[in-house]
Amino acid sequence: MSIDHFRTPLRHTPFHARLVAASTCNEWYAWKGYTAPSRLTEVEFEYFAIRNSASLFDITPMTKYRIRGPDCVAYFNRLLTRDVAALAVGRVAYCLWCDDAGQLIDDGTLFRLGEQDYRLCSQERHYDWLLTSTLGFQVSVEEETDDVAALALQGPTSCAVLRSLGVGAIEMLRPFHLMATSISGREVMLSRTGYTGDLGYELWMHPDSAGALWDALMEAGRNYAIMPIGSQALDMARIEAGFIQANVDFVPADQAVRPGRGRSPFELGLAGHVDLRKANFTGRRALLEEQRRGSRYQLVKLDIEGSTPATDSFIYSGRRKVVGHVTSAVWSPTAKANIALASLRTPYGTSGADLWAEIYYKRELKWERKMARCRLVTGAFYDPARRRQTPPANY
Amino acid sequence: MSSDRDVIVIGAGHNGLACAAYLARAGRKVLVLEAAASVGGAASTAEFAPGFSVSACAHLCHQLNPRVIEELSLARHGLRWAATGLDTVALSADGRHLYIAAGGASLSGAGVSAGDTAALAGFDARMKRYARLLVPMFDQRPPRLAGGDWRDQFALARLGWSLRRMGRIEMQEFLRVAAINIYDVLEENFEHPLLKGAVGLDAVLGTHMGPRSPNTVLSYLYRLSGNCTPRAIGIALPQGGMGAVSRALAGAAQALGAEIRTAARVARILVEHDRAGGVELADGEVLRAKTVVSNADPRSTFFGLLGAGRIEAGFARYVKNIRMRGTAAKLHLALDRLPSFNGLEPASMGNRLLIAPTLGYVEHAFDHAKYREYSPAPVMEIVIPTLHDSALAPPGKHVLSAVVQYAPYDLRGGWEQAGEKYRDLLIDTLARYSPDIRDCIVAAQVLTPLDIERQFGMTGGHWHHGELALDQFLMLRPVPGAAQYATPLPGLYLCGAGAHPGGGVMGSAGRNAANAILLGAATR
Repeated sequence: MSIDHFRTPLRHTPFHARLVAASTCNEWYAWKGYTAPSRLTEVEFEYFAIRNSASLFDITPMTKYRIRGPDCVAYFNRLLTRDVAALAVGRVAYCLWCDDAGQLIDDGTLFRLGEQDYRLCSQERHYDWLLTSTLGFQVSVEEETDDVAALALQGPTSCAVLRSLGVGAIEMLRPFHLMATSISGREVMLSRTGYTGDLGYELWMHPDSAGALWDALMEAGRNYAIMPIGSQALDMARIEAGFIQANVDFVPADQAVRPGRGRSPFELGLAGHVDLRKANFTGRRALLEEQRRGSRYQLVKLDIEGSTPATDSFIYSGRRKVVGHVTSAVWSPTAKANIALASLRTPYGTSGADLWAEIYYKRELKWERKMARCRLVTGAFYDPARRRQTPPANY
Repeated sequence: MSSDRDVIVIGAGHNGLACAAYLARAGRKVLVLEAAASVGGAASTAEFAPGFSVSACAHLCHQLNPRVIEELSLARHGLRWAATGLDTVALSADGRHLYIAAGGASLSGAGVSAGDTAALAGFDARMKRYARLLVPMFDQRPPRLAGGDWRDQFALARLGWSLRRMGRIEMQEFLRVAAINIYDVLEENFEHPLLKGAVGLDAVLGTHMGPRSPNTVLSYLYRLSGNCTPRAIGIALPQGGMGAVSRALAGAAQALGAEIRTAARVARILVEHDRAGGVELADGEVLRAKTVVSNADPRSTFFGLLGAGRIEAGFARYVKNIRMRGTAAKLHLALDRLPSFNGLEPASMGNRLLIAPTLGYVEHAFDHAKYREYSPAPVMEIVIPTLHDSALAPPGKHVLSAVVQYAPYDLRGGWEQAGEKYRDLLIDTLARYSPDIRDCIVAAQVLTPLDIERQFGMTGGHWHHGELALDQFLMLRPVPGAAQYATPLPGLYLCGAGAHPGGGVMGSAGRNAANAILLGAATR
């Protein structure tokens, strides 16, 4: 990358020129030091591309670390809450890591690229923590965010787009598997992963190949209604899928200043990704203690009456007592529901609670307030079968 | 071996032995494992030349906890004093020495002003008053600031109350000086360069700090804490060298039922179901116990014996960052007769002799260490123990023991290269004060911090198992999360100088650790 980065507070990804060309509204935001589109056209159009056809989203700014060395398995088993011993080469795992006190630092995806070669992707930067965790292990940690360009191709026709580009056996690629391939003569690593809860893939490539691959995907996708998208549409999809985001649904433990602001994996509904049978990992002793004592909070899914998104709302029990707050909220066009993720104090996250959202909204510059009844949702808001099917149906 | 063993103590240093004795006294079955052929660690006596013995590391006893002496009946187990209440002589190359009576009671020598004499009495009384604030804190586990129980609250309240009880002026003054440097405080109080140099040296002995480094008032108070109570014996020499302290502690521990095995090097601490389960020796022998107490320094304990991967990453980072860069070396000389010192009466030679002519001299000596060089003009604390304890050398002959600063652990170019040159430099330095000393030398031994690390198993060769400064003091010692002797690994405890209150031959860390282990068992 250019050494002139200091001249601009935000860097450009290798896809920037394409994004600029695709943008009709010139709306950008800063994503971890990069210029990224919050939307390119209309958020609703972009959202429906994710759910009904194919969407293309530049995920280059996602933080990427390359971790190599003979002690990788032991290193990750100490760092992460899940057991990675069974993660085979060519597989991907969703993973969490905590601080000593069992509070979540971040979640991410771990790609096993080789016997002793892994990539860890996350929302926040963690070089210091990853390096600190190497004490006692023979591994090296390299930040490679700049060195790898990446795209998320998500939506029901995504598989067809790749097939039309001649990616052999793409329909046989199972969720959380990855494969090396080439598209238009350029090397690409493909993984069946994503942040939409839909059928979709992520493409990892050398920055020099970025422009050509974007063009190839857009060209091949023309018959499959492919559409480049911004972050707002993606955010709608990820809330529908019930995925949490750092600094939105939880404060990363290493950034939390006030005592008690962090959240444990249990408090974020991620207990299934914590393997307490492992002998030792950072935060394990604290999590065992939490299991014994009980958690302070629960992250719940809410279906809220009405159609006004309950953004940042306080959640009440019995309309009088504040028991938590909404962390993410959106009107879900596919579920046709007013949905939200909310962090509630124990024991209000259990069924039978009489929960209300206090929603503020503006009508012609006048603030209005309403109390809307909330229903706890146990399953996903929206969970299409194609997300898991191999091969997926041919859309 | 017996499966009914309760506790394994790793290391038979004085703290390990004290801890073992207290645990045995409470009915625990204790096994102490020592890598060396004899007990004592840094409180030991060693023969360094045929017929000549010397305190191998620590060479003066001035902080040994009176409670430990009493509670473990160390006198009954053979602890005798060859000398107590030693005076201090601040040497001047021209023989115009300064004589500082024990406890700062009086000052004599060339150029002593009435002002300095009065100031010293005031300074000494004030510093002792401050040091007395610390003494009760040293006899118990350090209080937790958050999440503590009534004991922690009580300890904090007591500290607050004793501060307040000093009165507004004294409290202000204490808060003003506690974290600053001794250089400024001495410049405020005294005129005589030798006096300032001598007190300044006391504030930095054994540390990687110069008189102008922050925290040197605190390290001075720490040093004084052993000598500010009515029962204090001052600066003392145990009969038979510092090893006598350890032998008495070992005797006490054994009499109370503890078993001690020497030449048994622990290779690693065993972990079973995420708690300490015993140890494995270097020869492969496995010894089990539900409680393992480490007298080794925190970094050796967690990285060397346990493995950094066994503890939380954040905790491991704390351990990695403990400041423990040793800068004190030892010089041992075997002398076939008593050397003379310029202008020094033979009657005064049995005192503590200091080479620290000015504060600037001490600070300059430190400057080199900062850049990984040894001081070309080193500071020294010298004793000739044979003047009080003739058994340490053949009849009529003597040994000289000196603590020398500054000699950085990680000397640029390495100590192997510097060995002989460094020894000659030290002898040349001594010869400026004692011109005939070269003719008296039969044998000489220099222990660099690297040697000290190897011989006594102290990481960095640091006497205190970690710098004594505010960031590594009380509830921060050695690191947050292990400051109350228990470590993140259930069943593993610390009892060495790395733990609260710190180094110096006190026995307090061992005593407190034993109490913490017993209390933990009682409240579980």
